[in-house]
Amino acid sequence: MAQISTQCLVIGIGNEFRNDDGLGILIAREIRRRNLESVFVLEQSGEGTALMEAWEGPDRVIIVDAIVSGKAPGEIHRLDALQEETPRGFFHYSSHSFGVAEAVAMARQIGKLPEHLILYGIEGKEFGEGVGLSDPVVRSIPELIAMIEDDLHAQRTPQGASQENQPRQSN
Amino acid sequence: MNSRVIRVDQLARVEGEGSLVVKINEGKVTDVKFRIYEPPRFFEAFLRGRKFTEAPDITARICGICPVAYQMSSVMAMEDVIGMNLEGPLRELRRLLYCGEWIESHVLHIYMLHAPDFLGYQDALMLAKDMPDVVTRALKMKKIGNDIVNVVGGREIHPINVKVGGFYRLPRKDELLPLVERLKWGLDQAIETARLVASFNFPDFEVPYEFVSLRHETEYPMMGGRIVTSSGLDISIRDYEFYFEERHVPHSNALHALERGHGRYLVGPLARFNLNYDRLSPLTRQLAEDVKLAPVVKNPFRSIIVRAIETAYAYEEALRIIASYEVPEAPAVAVVPSAGIGCGASEAPRGMLYHRYRIADDGLIRDAKIVPPTAQNQPTIEEDVRLFVTKFVDMPREELTWKCEQTVRNYDPCISCATHFVTLEFT
Repeated sequence: MAQISTQCLVIGIGNEFRNDDGLGILIAREIRRRNLESVFVLEQSGEGTALMEAWEGPDRVIIVDAIVSGKAPGEIHRLDALQEETPRGFFHYSSHSFGVAEAVAMARQIGKLPEHLILYGIEGKEFGEGVGLSDPVVRSIPELIAMIEDDLHAQRTPQGASQENQPRQSN
Repeated sequence: MNSRVIRVDQLARVEGEGSLVVKINEGKVTDVKFRIYEPPRFFEAFLRGRKFTEAPDITARICGICPVAYQMSSVMAMEDVIGMNLEGPLRELRRLLYCGEWIESHVLHIYMLHAPDFLGYQDALMLAKDMPDVVTRALKMKKIGNDIVNVVGGREIHPINVKVGGFYRLPRKDELLPLVERLKWGLDQAIETARLVASFNFPDFEVPYEFVSLRHETEYPMMGGRIVTSSGLDISIRDYEFYFEERHVPHSNALHALERGHGRYLVGPLARFNLNYDRLSPLTRQLAEDVKLAPVVKNPFRSIIVRAIETAYAYEEALRIIASYEVPEAPAVAVVPSAGIGCGASEAPRGMLYHRYRIADDGLIRDAKIVPPTAQNQPTIEEDVRLFVTKFVDMPREELTWKCEQTVRNYDPCISCATHFVTLEFT
């Protein structure tokens, strides 16, 4: 067995009592249930400084959150935070003004971004009070999990880093 | 142009979302509406039919910023139902957990949300650009609070270790001791923070508030005690609903809390400080003196100084509790369910949080009432904005809009537990 050289962290963000906002939490639980080696899982509310603390240790971080950007519900956005700016307001429904986008920007500012940071934003539909996801969001789950597993697989292979486009922090 | 409408679509840096509308006509404020939506109503319904032991875990999920407060108020209400008054080391441990939450929440508000206002920055990102060391220090200070919540509470965002009767698992001494040196550092930083924020420029603005907070026999209030007011009320937590009421107002999904026969009131750091100054530690009282802050503080903008002093208090209190910590014999006292009504109140970072539950013979929750601090402060926030705009109506519009946002931010309104969308409009 190849020794896993890096630690991966999956952070699911959301509030399970706000319908589609619960997606990140559900995905986190789903990944945790798979019990993958060297993969740690956290459920978070989306408060930015807590995110910055969480990604201080691991080399590779994947964040999953429901978003509203005007696209079709269920659409999956994948963003490499080291290569692209995170649109502010993109992760609006993490319901905090110092949220994901601000945390990424601030971490970039003070040099505290992890080496790899992938953001998954899934377009939500219902953000009222209630438990349960809307149909389009539910339908996106298998593809989303598969994409995250691909990322994790690439990251958990010691050579994985070279297979990926190797993002480096430039500023 | 005698009548104007100012609209700001995002009440920035308020946890969650909400909206504020101010209408000004002929130089007079004609209307102020601070709208918030209130998930606690949803949770009150959601709790019905659940086991009484489930309430602390469920209510902890109402808010990502103050889960400990929700957990503590609900667990104390449940213990009240069964006639249990938890004292001694288990209570001390809960207080330690609460210190962790005060540290996290206060440091977040002071540095990330409130200080940028006074230093003239649009937000904490701009602050980080110019003063990365200040921001790095703040993050380090806050992390100590998170680590307390992790060690004692079991999980960072929604602590799951507290239960009716005590805890599921007790921390070992060697889990707490590594915090000591960092807490000492944190205490020094909090003292520095108080000095820093006390040097800010504050608007000349005072309000004759009715302050309401808990008051404990010996401690600066966090959990339990009695409810006191600046007009002299001194009642048991169980009597809260006799003296305070909630009213529906058409413009907000949240209920407005009012003191019967008195009207609006203020909960939070200012109220705690003014009503419990004599319960601060000698060190934090001295700190207040050093930064020239003495009761009665009536300028809401100065709440940032009180938060810094309370942060110092929380570090110091955490040190005291850890120093005398011996692992209790059992993590919890055995709980025998019984039917009845129970009330609990604790001091969330933003102010008093009241819970009441009715439990049936089968141990299931029949009904629940949750009164969060932001709902209590809502009428007072509106009045502050009305008074502020009235006093400074000639200020340039952009600056006035900004100051109105600040006026709301003074309350650190935890809108994620009290609202859905924030739109700040001025008319």
